[in-house]
Amino acid sequence: MKTGFYPGCSMKGSAREYSESLLAVARELGRELPEVPDWNCCGATAAHNIDTDLALALPARILAAAEKDGMNEVLVPCAACYSRLSVTRHELLDDEALRNKISGLVEADYQGTAKVVNIIEWLASIPDLEAWVKKPFAHRVACYYGCLLVRPPGVVKFDRPEEPQSMDLLLKKMGAEPIDWAFKTECCGAGFSVSRTDLVAKLSGLILEDAVSRGAEAVIVACPMCHLNLDMRRPQIEKQVGKKINIPVIYITQALGLAMGIPARKLGLQRHKVAVKLSPRTAES
Amino acid sequence: MARIGVFVCHCGENISATVDVKKVAEAASRIPGVAHSVEYKYMCSDPGQQMIRNAIREKNLTGVVVAACSPRMHEPTFRRACAEAGLNPFLCEMANIREHCSWVHEKSEATTHKAFDIVRTLVAKVKRNKALLPIKVPVTKTALVLGGGIAGIQASLDIANSGHKVILVEKEPSIGGHMSQLSETFPTLDCSQCILTPRMVEVAQHPNITLHSYSELESMDGFIGNFKVRIRKKARSLDEKLCTGCGLCVQKCPSKKISSEFDAGLGLRPAIYVPFPQAVPNKPVIDREHCTYYRTGKCRLCEKICPTQAIRFDQEDEIIEADIGAVVVATGFDIKHGDFFPEYGYGKYKDVIDGLQFERLASASGPTLGEIRRPSDGQVPQTVVFVACAGSRDPAKGIEYCSKICCMYTAKHAMLYKHKVHHGKPFVFYMDIRAGGKMYEEFVRRAMEEDGVQYIRSRVSRIYERGGKLVVKGADTLLGSRPLEIEADLVVLATAGVAQAGAEQLAQRLHVSFDAHKFYAEAHPKLRPVETNTAGIFLAGACQAPKDIPESVAQASGAAAKVAILFSQSELVREPLIAVVDRQAPPLYSSCVGCFLCQPSCPYQAIEKEEIRDRDGQLIKTIAKVNPGLCQGCGTCVALCRTKSIDIQGFSHEQVYAEVLALLNRGEDNV
Amino acid sequence: MSDFNPKIVAFVCNWCTYAGADLTGTSRMKYSPQVSIIRFPCTGRIDFMLLLKAFASGADGIIVSGCHPNDCHYSSGNFHARRRWIVFRSLLDFLGIDVRRVRFSWVSAAEGAKWAQLVNETAEQIRLLGPFKRYHQLRGLGVE
Repeated sequence: MKTGFYPGCSMKGSAREYSESLLAVARELGRELPEVPDWNCCGATAAHNIDTDLALALPARILAAAEKDGMNEVLVPCAACYSRLSVTRHELLDDEALRNKISGLVEADYQGTAKVVNIIEWLASIPDLEAWVKKPFAHRVACYYGCLLVRPPGVVKFDRPEEPQSMDLLLKKMGAEPIDWAFKTECCGAGFSVSRTDLVAKLSGLILEDAVSRGAEAVIVACPMCHLNLDMRRPQIEKQVGKKINIPVIYITQALGLAMGIPARKLGLQRHKVAVKLSPRTAES
Repeated sequence: MARIGVFVCHCGENISATVDVKKVAEAASRIPGVAHSVEYKYMCSDPGQQMIRNAIREKNLTGVVVAACSPRMHEPTFRRACAEAGLNPFLCEMANIREHCSWVHEKSEATTHKAFDIVRTLVAKVKRNKALLPIKVPVTKTALVLGGGIAGIQASLDIANSGHKVILVEKEPSIGGHMSQLSETFPTLDCSQCILTPRMVEVAQHPNITLHSYSELESMDGFIGNFKVRIRKKARSLDEKLCTGCGLCVQKCPSKKISSEFDAGLGLRPAIYVPFPQAVPNKPVIDREHCTYYRTGKCRLCEKICPTQAIRFDQEDEIIEADIGAVVVATGFDIKHGDFFPEYGYGKYKDVIDGLQFERLASASGPTLGEIRRPSDGQVPQTVVFVACAGSRDPAKGIEYCSKICCMYTAKHAMLYKHKVHHGKPFVFYMDIRAGGKMYEEFVRRAMEEDGVQYIRSRVSRIYERGGKLVVKGADTLLGSRPLEIEADLVVLATAGVAQAGAEQLAQRLHVSFDAHKFYAEAHPKLRPVETNTAGIFLAGACQAPKDIPESVAQASGAAAKVAILFSQSELVREPLIAVVDRQAPPLYSSCVGCFLCQPSCPYQAIEKEEIRDRDGQLIKTIAKVNPGLCQGCGTCVALCRTKSIDIQGFSHEQVYAEVLALLNRGEDNV
Repeated sequence: MSDFNPKIVAFVCNWCTYAGADLTGTSRMKYSPQVSIIRFPCTGRIDFMLLLKAFASGADGIIVSGCHPNDCHYSSGNFHARRRWIVFRSLLDFLGIDVRRVRFSWVSAAEGAKWAQLVNETAEQIRLLGPFKRYHQLRGLGVE
């Protein structure tokens, strides 16, 4: 079993800490995560608004490269990239003519042998994750899945689309106490972060307010876009809701890293705009 | 020597446009054994049939092949025509040169050749056909009705009123079904119990109906007209003959905090209980799971208090056996419960309820005596949201179908709420409104226009609690899909109608088929909607698909009419296309060696053991014997028999081998 | 090889595939005329020796088709046929007959299009395999 790693653009830029924490955790777990050779942009939201072939060709090129490199699966930690890659794989496996056409465009014989997995699936596939936990992450957390991790259900076929549970289960294994809340899969505003920051502030504000009102100490995310909106846009959010919101937003890999006893700096926690200050809990709480 | 008549049909131009019928008839006349071969424009017309009848008489034919359409279409027509001319109808075969030839191939030499191949094949077969006599089996004129909801009640009464005996089996302690739980019924707003309970009483008092409540079908064997059933009468822990239904035990029972099934979990009942006051039979039953005596060995209060000493703690389930001629399956439906709508908080929030629970809230006999009070705190809800299509028409949830009754009952619920809480605000979230039915559309419009129910065309994405209110999120798709939130005090989900939990097991016991959603399958979706593929078993009500009351009643009467037709004859005539075991003169008596491999292969348990004895009663051998009443003629045993001792009439070894040879032009019949 | 017109015998059950083939007709879908149907009550009735008899008598290919699993009119006949087919395949192999000459399929009464497709595919397959010439070798093997 060879698992490749597709970072995508954000893991190399705004979400460096996601990548750092993932690789730190993988190293500790003894898992190798070689990058897909010569990878390119997944096309993100731009490509499928412009050209459907291009929107398929970009991810197909990545997957074909992974396949050629003998990778059985590709770990795509960014939820948006995950969506593009898994939709592409689904559509091309479903339609031979389309697959041939796109294979021609990317000059590779794409077969679809490499599976696309997201961070939750990858972590869930690690046996006895509990055994790696040295310092239980004993906090009340709001697991925020965002819009793309479990959707569309017909393509990703992973967890239940409206009330997913898989991230909650992983956090429980890390010693956390996931809360039951209503905004698990609500939109954070996503790509409107630049063009309509007001809208992002409003939507992300609703998410954070609900998490805080239900007593969460941290929001756990698995998507760079979600993190960006909930963390970096905090000043705009606070202006929108008219009050200070201190809840930190943490990548699931950072939470796991902390639970495994990896130093916070190695997990990039210092890079967040909203300071990660979690009051330690006593064992029985 | 065989004297076969071949009759080639043009079917207007349906056959003759692509097949050279003249050539086929001419070639057929040269097949050895064919004494007569003609073609005609419409063989199925009166003159066409007359041609066949005349030829049989004039040419003294010993077999007939009609080369025309599919036997599934006109075999009965031509077999009847043959019988009228004095030829055994089983000596007539059809060569399907329309559906299997002229309609599926272009006009060509090859098509004509194939038509002739088909004719030649059937000539080879018919030469080996044997004159067969129809099988007659007696009919037991007692019907079994499974399920005592409105469909089962209607079917039982109709069959009983046509003068036949009925055994009605209901698994719950009382008949009445879901209809007895309803408050009012659309589109007339009649009180459900007011129209139902007289029927229930009629069932109880009808001299032709035997009611077994708190009973289930254990097993069934046999075939149309001759079923044998075993019914498990579950122990009520009470002597029904002695019990007067006074209700003293129910009042005095100390364990009173058991969730009431009848009140859909919103009310409480004691461990010894009658589901509802108008129950039929009005005799209590002890819920052994919750009864203090069965749990701890102490109490027996009901026994002490019973004025007629009717309580029987040691009562056991009783098995009742009965002979039955026909079965009406009316086991009804259920609604989707449980962890099916996590995004709606159903099962998590007390004030997110389902349609049946709302019926109980609105019912005068319900836990709130008909006042709409929400389950969490008993407050009268000021804003109520009704969600139609909760689960239905949702492929992502695995239920693609429309549950059919929800649009109407949701309108009814909103109306009932408004009638009881005048200042209240009802909202209905819907996808489409399906109000096809007499006075149905008018009813929905009344809800909107007269009762001021606000209809919002939107699916609900999520329901969650915020500050003591239930936030219902959606988007008004008729107003530019603007996101929309309503803070409700109570949410009613019209959850999908689904098959009963045990539907599959019952279907297996009855040998009837069911669809992907475990709803029972009708024999034909349009033309045989009340029959199943198993002869003698009929369907009524929502066990076939979600249905409202008028439809269930109509289908129940339809099923009852089918039963009455069956019972109008004292003998049932069946086609003799069944398996038979070889019998021959001594010393062999039969080629059967008695391995009985055939026995487990038979899906109908039709193979029995037969002992052949000599004059002195000495056993010579034991061989297989086919029960002609049970055998359905599938032929699985025939293919399986090692010594080829079982053969099937109409599809015998001789016939099918001759067909293969003739088709490949290798038999004695080649031209 | 273009003038090779294979002879294909289809052994079908009365309730599903025969009716499905009727539907192909009523829907006026066209297919290759090299296939002729022999009707059986159920695939469970099909004695697989008949298949050998057909080969011995000059058939180039064979189709066996009945109701889908769980849809058998007689509830389980098609399962018997499927088991028999699994055993029979190895016999065919042993006899040196290419198993691709026999197509085992399920066609329901609603699958008129599937029947046409099945016939066309089988005809094409048999055309590629060429005529079955070794039938005389099957003679005298007691296939009766």
